Amino acid sequence: MVQKLETLRESPSQTAGPYVHIGCTPNFTGIALYGGDLGSAMKTGPVQGTEITIKGTVYDGTGTALRDAMVEIWQADAAGLFASANEVRGQADPNFTGWGRSPGDMETGEFTFDTVKPGQVPWPDGRMQAPHITAWVVARGINIGLHTRIYFADETSANATDPILTRIEHQNRIPTLLAQPEGAGTYRFDIHLQGPKETIFFDI
Amino acid sequence: MSDANPTGGFIPRDRNWQPDALTPPYKTSIKRSPQAALLSFPTSLSEETSPVFGHAMLGDLDNDLIHNFAQSGQSAIGPRLIVHGRVMDETGRGVPGALIEVWQANAGGRYRHKKESYLAPLDPNFGGCGRMITDAEGFYEFRTIQPGPYPWPNGMNDWRPAHIHFSIFGHGFAQRLITQMYFEGDPHIPLCPIVGALKSQEAVDALTAPLDMKRTVPMDSRAYKFDIVLRGRRQTYFENRVEGM
Ligand SMILES: [Fe+2]
Repeated sequence: MVQKLETLRESPSQTAGPYVHIGCTPNFTGIALYGGDLGSAMKTGPVQGTEITIKGTVYDGTGTALRDAMVEIWQADAAGLFASANEVRGQADPNFTGWGRSPGDMETGEFTFDTVKPGQVPWPDGRMQAPHITAWVVARGINIGLHTRIYFADETSANATDPILTRIEHQNRIPTLLAQPEGAGTYRFDIHLQGPKETIFFDI
Repeated sequence: MSDANPTGGFIPRDRNWQPDALTPPYKTSIKRSPQAALLSFPTSLSEETSPVFGHAMLGDLDNDLIHNFAQSGQSAIGPRLIVHGRVMDETGRGVPGALIEVWQANAGGRYRHKKESYLAPLDPNFGGCGRMITDAEGFYEFRTIQPGPYPWPNGMNDWRPAHIHFSIFGHGFAQRLITQMYFEGDPHIPLCPIVGALKSQEAVDALTAPLDMKRTVPMDSRAYKFDIVLRGRRQTYFENRVEGM
């Protein structure tokens, strides 16, 4: 026998189910509470940097759009700083929360985030990462929330040296992580849960 | 770096303990489960930071599902409950300031949602959601009614055990978690394909709240205790990190 390791086990995940919107975006479902849904606005005033919109749809393995998903994003501000208690490198833009939550459109499931283009954030070894946004997807049928990252197709040179993108074995899957410019400050980032276009999901 | 606030990366998620994406008896998982291997990376600032939610944003009734949607002077129908517990990380530290959002069916097993078609009636005084933020030691509590079990389209005769859905934010986005709380003694627990996604009886037990008679309020509400464990951060003075990170 050996000594016991005194650590707890993370609570097991269970699916968010079909009614995650009741709990996380109740006003979206018609339950008027809390004075509004958390995460519906990432900008609380004039923001620094380039304002952008990210739109996308979550698709299942048959190509059907999910209408019961919830997507959350978390990102740095235009200067690469997080509006977080754990941010020790400086003061993030006070008018930018960095966190967004979208229940998707009631009819189409398309999610939308009005945000800013994130600045660069260092990797633990000090190298700069390409601008990116952390995304997290939950829905009925998803047993444990799926992490991925939104990079930007128009950040060619930063993407070429990003510590994660450069280490991905299947380089032909990298486009699944790239938001594509659609003009007028809008990007598209569709998420495919399964199939030939399956998004790269992270165990991070 | 201090012992009270470890700054190492998050301990990797134990994928042998957490449910797999694909669990065929839960049919919806079949076409919604990624098939490629997950891309494993250590956490970086993007996952070690998280939005901050202050107690100031909370309304007085946010953690009272019996009253937060009820008409003035009325209350939701059903057995009155207090659900309480502590949010900790894997190292056993309480997690203060954690935002918890909960949602559930009413006492008849019906959700207030336009896509919900179960014939049990809506309760006009029950919305079905609440939220709270853990205190300085990680403790939380809310008041609600016992949710009913309900049938769902999966097999021909599948019923969910009574449950409350939980969404939790810790201090890093890597800790983000959604799960469900079940009630001690519910005979539907071992029959449920969603519970069946859990890999061991130990995992089922970790989501099953015991009746807590010591927190029960006599002649008012019974109590159930539900502790939640989020991923922890490594504690080390020997981490290879750039200064100030
Ligand atoms: Fe449910």
